[in-house]
Order: sequence, then structure tokens, then C-alpha cells
Amino acid sequence: MKQQRLKWITLMFTLGAVLFLGACHKKTPPPPPPPPPPAAAPTASLSANPNTVEKGQSTTLSWETSNATDVSIDGIGAVQPSGSQQVTPADSTTYTLTAKGAGGSQTATARVTVTTPPPPPPPAAGPTEEELFAQNVQDVYFDYDKADIRADQQTALQGNIAFLKQHPNIHFTVEGHCDERGSTEYNLGLGDNRANAVKNALTQGGVSAGNIKTISYGKEKPFCTESSEACWQQNRRGHFVYQK
Amino acid sequence: MRIMQANNFSPARWASRLFTVLLSLAISASAQDWIRTGTGLGIERVRLAAPDFAASTKDPQNPDLLKVFNDTLWNDLDSAGIFDMVSKSFYPLAVPGNPPDVRFDAWNSPPPNASMLAFGNLGASGNNLTVQGWLYDVKNITSPQVLGKQYTDAATADAARRTAHKFADEIIFRLGGGIAGIAESQIFFVRAGGRGNKEIWAMDYDGANQHQITHLGTISLSPRISPDGTRLAFSSLTKSGWDILMYSMDLNRLLSFPRYGGTNLSPSWSPDGARLAFSSSRSGDPEIYIVDQSGANLKRLTVSKMPDVSPVWNRKTGAQIAWVSGRTDLPQIYTMESDGTNIQKMTDQGYAVSPAWSPNGQFLVFSWIRHYGPGAPGAEDIYIMDIASKQWVQLTHDGGRNDFPSWSPDGRHIVFQSSRSGGEQIWTMLADGSNQKELTSGGSNTQPNWSWK
Repeated sequence: MKQQRLKWITLMFTLGAVLFLGACHKKTPPPPPPPPPPAAAPTASLSANPNTVEKGQSTTLSWETSNATDVSIDGIGAVQPSGSQQVTPADSTTYTLTAKGAGGSQTATARVTVTTPPPPPPPAAGPTEEELFAQNVQDVYFDYDKADIRADQQTALQGNIAFLKQHPNIHFTVEGHCDERGSTEYNLGLGDNRANAVKNALTQGGVSAGNIKTISYGKEKPFCTESSEACWQQNRRGHFVYQK
Repeated sequence: MRIMQANNFSPARWASRLFTVLLSLAISASAQDWIRTGTGLGIERVRLAAPDFAASTKDPQNPDLLKVFNDTLWNDLDSAGIFDMVSKSFYPLAVPGNPPDVRFDAWNSPPPNASMLAFGNLGASGNNLTVQGWLYDVKNITSPQVLGKQYTDAATADAARRTAHKFADEIIFRLGGGIAGIAESQIFFVRAGGRGNKEIWAMDYDGANQHQITHLGTISLSPRISPDGTRLAFSSLTKSGWDILMYSMDLNRLLSFPRYGGTNLSPSWSPDGARLAFSSSRSGDPEIYIVDQSGANLKRLTVSKMPDVSPVWNRKTGAQIAWVSGRTDLPQIYTMESDGTNIQKMTDQGYAVSPAWSPNGQFLVFSWIRHYGPGAPGAEDIYIMDIASKQWVQLTHDGGRNDFPSWSPDGRHIVFQSSRSGGEQIWTMLADGSNQKELTSGGSNTQPNWSWK
């Protein structure tokens, strides 16, 4: 009898455990609470007006943000969410604004370029000799396979002579160039003849031979690379180069 | 051409012009013969069969090495200009790798109908390569062997190519009238690089093995290898202008050489290697000078206005120089004794430049825009001239600008530059104008100069 009762208790306990575990298994969890609406991301803008100043002058930084609780500008510190402020940077500076809020952070930058005012021009100094050389000295052009100075090049040549005699300290190179036609070796010889023809005309006009170097480039360094007479004429020349 | 231009027709003039045309055709036909005879190309070519060599070992490198060897040997023999190569499609199915394999009747009767048979075997064994080659006169069954050679070298593609060149040169020497073959010769040339630079390069005669010689980072032009192959003279744009530079092929560096001032161009070696001729404008005008190979004893040969450039020595005697002068207007070819006397004008029309004197001393080749002027076609082609008679024949007809011819050591080939395929490239041909082949491709490759041996 006692044993039968124990069996009964065991059976009930087992049944209870099965029911309990089964109920447990079947139980569905409660639905999660709806997520809170996401916090809006902050926005930020920053500008400098003017964005280029001369050294010592100031410029105005203006900024606007939204959804931000914490706004700062590098080099200035914490600032109001929107506002403006005058700054006087010593050198060119990139200002960075950082806006932080519940929705994250956002940066904006503004570049202020600081220029150094040009030094006052030296009193009564005109253009340099190199600039004058470039303005006044003209190249001399040649006919095909010829190295004598053409009549229509005399004006340029006489102008060069007059200028170079007024500037006896200028040293320069006359480069002899040829068009693409004909042989490499013959054209280097022809370019040498052209450079020397120009040099001889200059020295006969009174320019000091010691100021003049010559070099032939033949057809190795053309100014123009099309196969047309206009281009070939560009390449048949005595080219003047200022020597520093 | 003259007939086309005649605008007033007269039967007598017509007949005389027709006669002139026929006469010039007859002259050019016989002229083709004098080129072939004079350059040793011959009219009768030896009919030669050259089956692929067989493998003599089981080495796995054999197929690649055999391909290089067989292609190179065939190209050397085919390019030599003295053989009628029997097409491989006529060969018997069983090709010999050793003398006992030769079936004479299969080679000496049609379809192959060969006179000569070049055959042999090649085998790699580890790092070594052994090649055995024979040349048989297959019409002479009792005593067929003309040549039997064995070569050992490294088991590399370069060595296989080198060995094929050596064997080809032996065959060409035996069957080509005792003139050494050119398969081991080199061609020097100018290759344009970046930023307008030009450097000197070299390659094998068949265009293989292209490699850079100078690394000067400027413009270097007109490479000319010395007769013994040890030094390379060229013209280079230096800080002081255009100077002649001397490069040692043994030391792989520049040697010292005098700077003469002015524009110094187009060096050329005398055949004994003792002197150089070149153009210098040290006096203010480009003139021809000669100088010892050391650069000492400078001597001026010409006195004229306008350029005197591109001198070349008589390759046989060393006693004359041909060069280009603009003394009478457009450039023409002239010759003189090497002391500057006895000036002869060789061309009298158009634009003639870049002479090269043949190894046998008999011919000049040069570049000529013969019909020059407004309305003229203006083609720039390579011509060959018999110096004694001043007869000439045009060798290139395929368009483009053709310039800078240079002779092979055997005098049977000419290398030159041509723009016919687009950019400037290097081509070879036989000295009668046949068998024109492009050796380089891509970029700009110019001013070829063939080694002397």
C-alpha cells in the first residue's frame, strides 16, 4: 500500500513535471516594446566671409547647426548652435566645426587663405633684362634647305641687333632648327649653318661675339609636328634663348 | 615620265624618246645583273634542303630548344641570298638525324631534287646542349660529306640560337664562295625613348636579342662600330654641344675622346680601324675632318659653304671617302681621296644623302629623293651605284622614307630605316633589293649600322 502510494506520487510528480515543462515550452514571449523613434542626426554648416584675407586682416566665420547639443570649433572652443564670430588667423587656416547630438556628430570645415601682401616694388626698377629680351628679340626664319638670311627677316634681325647692342651684358644662345624633311645628319649640319648665319649677321652688326653661343638641333626638337608647309616654316628658324 | 610631259607632239621626238626609254630599260635590266654579280649574290642558287634537326636525348627541354634552333637555322639559310631552299612540304616523311639515316634517292630526285642536305640532331642533358650537324652533297653518293660539326654549349634558348648561327655560317662559308656568313653579326641602331631622348641599341642581324648600349639620357645619334667590334663611336648632345663620343664594348663605358668645339657629327671608321672621319663645324661651317682613332692629329679635308656631313671610307682600300655636301644647293653625294683631293660629284639631281661604301669597294648605296621639286612624287628610296660607271639602280619601291643604308659584312645584304609601315623601323634586304624584311617594331628605330664581321 505504501509502495503503491509512492508510485502514485512519483507518477503525479512526473505528470506535473511534463505538464509544467510542456507549458513552459509552449509559452510565447511577450512582444518587445516598440523602439523609440531614432534621434535626428545633427546638421552643420560653416563658412568664412571673405575666405581670402591679407595677413593681419580679419574675416567672419558663420555657422548653423540643428539637432546638436554640443557645438565647438577647433581653435575657438564651444560655441552657440548658430552664430558668427570674427577671427584673424596668422596663416592660412582650415576651421573645423563639430556638432554633436543624440543622433551622432557632424563636422563642417571652412578654409581661410591668408595672403602675404607683395613687397613694395623697388623704386624705379623696370622689367628685367630677361623680360626685355623676350619682348624685343625675335626669331629669324629660313627658306627650305637654305641658311642665308631672307630679305623679309632683315627687320627682325636689325631690331635684334639694336636691342642687343643696348644691352651688352645679355648672353644668349642661337638655336638652329630644321623641318622634318631630309636626313638627320644633313639637317644637323644645316641647323648649324643657320645658327652661325644668325650669329655672323649679329656680330657684323656690332653685337659682341663673346655673348653668343650657337647650337644646332637639326630636326630633333621641332616647334611644330604636323606635315604641312605652315608647320615646316615654324621649324626652320634661328631661335634666340636668353642665358641666365 | 618625259613623254607624259610633252605637250607638243612630234613623231620624230616621240620616236627618239621611246628609244631613250627602251635603252634605259635595257640598261636597268643589265644593271640588275651587275648588282648580283658584284655583291656575290649570283644567278645560280644552290638547291638546299634543311629538315628539322632530331632530338638525340630524352630531355624535356629538347622540344623548346629544337624549335629555336630549327627556326634560326632555317631563317639564316633562307636569308643568306645564295640558296634555293627546298620547301619543307617536299621532304620525305622520315628525316635523318644521323648520317646512316640519309636516303639519298629520297632527297636528290624530285620532288625535293636537292643538291645539298643540311641535317643533324640536338640533345640537352642537364645544363648542357650538344648539337651535331652535317652538310651532305646528296648527288655525290660515294663521298657525300661536305661538313660535319659538333657543338657543345649551355642548354638555353640563347645558346641554341647561337649554335644555329654558327652552323649556318659554316654552311654559307662552304657554299657561298668562301665569304664568311653574317649570322653572328650585329646591328647597332638608335631607339627613341621618353622625353625626346635617343639611346644607342644593338641587336643580332635577324632582329633577335635587342638590347640597350648607352644610358646617357640625351640625344645620341649615328652609331658606328669599329672594324674589330671593340669600340662604338657616335655623336651625342652634351653640355657643350654635339660631340663625338667613344664607347668601349669591352668595358661597357665611355672612353675619353677629345671635344673639338662646334657641332660634331657622323663619325666613320677607316677599314683598318686606325682613323675616323667625321663632320665638325669647329671652324663655323660643317666640314669633313679625319683624325687618328685616339682623337689626335685632326686634319680638315673640305672647304665649302653649307653642310659637309656623313663621310664614309672606301671599305676595301681606305683610300677614298664618300660624303654629302650642300655646296651646290640640295645635298648630293661626292667622293674624294682621303687627303681631300680629286673631288667627284656622284649624283646630280634631287636630294641625295647617307652614302655607305660596299665591302668590296665597288658600290655606294645611298638615300635619294631623285624627283625633287614642286609636283614631283618626292619618294625617298635606297639606290645602289656602281662607282666606276656611275650607273645606279633603285632598290626600294614600297613607299615611305627610306634612309641610312648600311652594308652587311658579306656585302650581300643592306640594312636601312624605312617609314613604310608607319613609324621609322629597321629593315633588311638583299643587295639587289629583294627579300625585304622588317627587324624592329613599335616606337622609333633608326640609323642602323651593321658590324664589320
